[in-house]
Amino acid sequence: MGWLALALSLLSVWPAQAQTPQDPRKSGFAYMGRDTQAMQQDDLANPAMLTVLEGEALWTTPTGKAGKSCASCHGEARESMKGVAARYPSLDEASGKPIDLSGRIAQCRETRMEAAPLVREGRDMLALSAFVGLQSRGMPVAPPQDERLRPFREEGARLYTARMGQLNFTCAQCHDANAGQKLGAAPIPQAHPNAYPIYRLEWQSTGSLQRRLRNCMVGTRAEPFSYGSAEFIALELFLMERAKGMTIETPGVRP
Amino acid sequence: MLRGIALALSLIFADAAHAQDLRPYKIENGAINLSLTGKPGDPARGRQIVLERQKGICLLCHSGPFPEERFQGDLAPSLAGVGSRMNAGEIRLRMVDGTKVNPDTIMPPYYRIEGLNRVAPNFRGKPLLNADEIEDVIAFLLTLREDGATGQSK
Ligand code: HEC
Ligand code: HEC
Ligand code: HEC
Repeated sequence: MGWLALALSLLSVWPAQAQTPQDPRKSGFAYMGRDTQAMQQDDLANPAMLTVLEGEALWTTPTGKAGKSCASCHGEARESMKGVAARYPSLDEASGKPIDLSGRIAQCRETRMEAAPLVREGRDMLALSAFVGLQSRGMPVAPPQDERLRPFREEGARLYTARMGQLNFTCAQCHDANAGQKLGAAPIPQAHPNAYPIYRLEWQSTGSLQRRLRNCMVGTRAEPFSYGSAEFIALELFLMERAKGMTIETPGVRP
Repeated sequence: MLRGIALALSLIFADAAHAQDLRPYKIENGAINLSLTGKPGDPARGRQIVLERQKGICLLCHSGPFPEERFQGDLAPSLAGVGSRMNAGEIRLRMVDGTKVNPDTIMPPYYRIEGLNRVAPNFRGKPLLNADEIEDVIAFLLTLREDGATGQSK
């Protein structure tokens, strides 16, 4: 069976609800050393919580010509943003295309607040998406089952199983066929997107899922997709479907 | 005499223009039997390439009889004893393009530039190792014998 067929067939057998003990899927958390796990589990030790706190402050700060803050329209994030990150990327009705959480936040900023655009991977965007993400912590990954997303998700599956870079790897070769094995010093995780944004010790900063994916692509000596590209959103859709039912850990810590 | 110089110059230019062209080779019975450079490689240089993370990157996946290397991968068979299991021609095909042996292999093609996708600009059109380096690595791997030799050159 080819990689693509395998990837697609796996999608249909994974459970829709929370994980059972027999579920072979494991969060990247399971592959980390004890110290790193402890750092993620303690909000006072988790450096990504500082990013969340910045986001919380931004949530209530009016900016832009409309003189509004996120809270002006969305009120308490604990209520209004609960479970939102768990179902992104989702379909943007206006364009008929999938949009990721950062894209949605950017839309609100630009069209509803009439504020300067936020740079992807910039501090404020990471802060807001970490803060919105936190409101789904502990909830199962719940990708929307909208038929219109299907072709994009399939494109994600195709990219996941396509060879790329001078080293000619596919994502699946590492993250499906060799997950749990050691690549040099690093154990290969299963590539679940359930903890993002994360604080990565190697970066010494907080970063998005797309930054992580760019790292993997650079590692294969491929030209990485750009932030917010259709390719990354397709990959993200695929990864979220593959992680359906797994628990959101945002904000995670990774080595 | 003049013709000789002209010929020499044209050879130099031809060489520069095709600096990245790969040497031709022939696959026969699961092996590339002839050296890519027409001569045997240098095992000491080969050892360096295998151990160098940015160059050979072999130890990302393989382990081997290299006690001084702390981090070795476990995605691939150990290189220990490979010189007893395989001959030069079989190793050469593995190195040049492992997908010719196993289409699904994760081992990168070390001497191929065709049919790759989205190669980063700084690596585009270049094989992972050049012909001399491939031969050096083969010469080194042939020293890794089942009797426990470590390929240390004396
Ligand atoms: C050569 C093997 C390899 C390839 C190919 C590869 N990755 Fe990775 N990936 C890794 C390793 C190793 C890590 C963990 C690194 C660490 O923790 O230091 C990782 C981490 C990840 C993570 C983070 C998981 C977590 O728990 O936070 C995701 C998501 C991911 N990769 C997706 C991808 C995608 C998508 C592709 C293809 C575009 C890809 N990877 C290609 C080896 C690979
Ligand atoms: C002027 C009002 C307004 C402001 C200010 C505003 N939003 Fe929104 N936002 C909306 C509306 C209306 C929607 C619903 C759009 C829809 O359902 O298609 C929305 C949708 C969203 C969604 C998607 C929710 C979902 O259920 O899919 C997110 C996330 C979001 N906003 C974040 C933010 C953030 C972060 C800010 C501040 C930077 C912000 N919004 C500022 C009006 C606003
Ligand atoms: C990304 C992982 C990876 C890298 C990097 C890699 N290999 Fe391999 N190699 C493999 C795998 C996996 C096999 C097993 C056969 C297969 O899957 O095709 C293999 C097989 C081999 C074999 C055949 C061994 C046998 O016992 O059958 C040799 C020889 C070899 N590799 C040498 C090298 C050398 C030398 C380097 C570095 C210049 C290297 N490999 C780099 C993954 C890798």
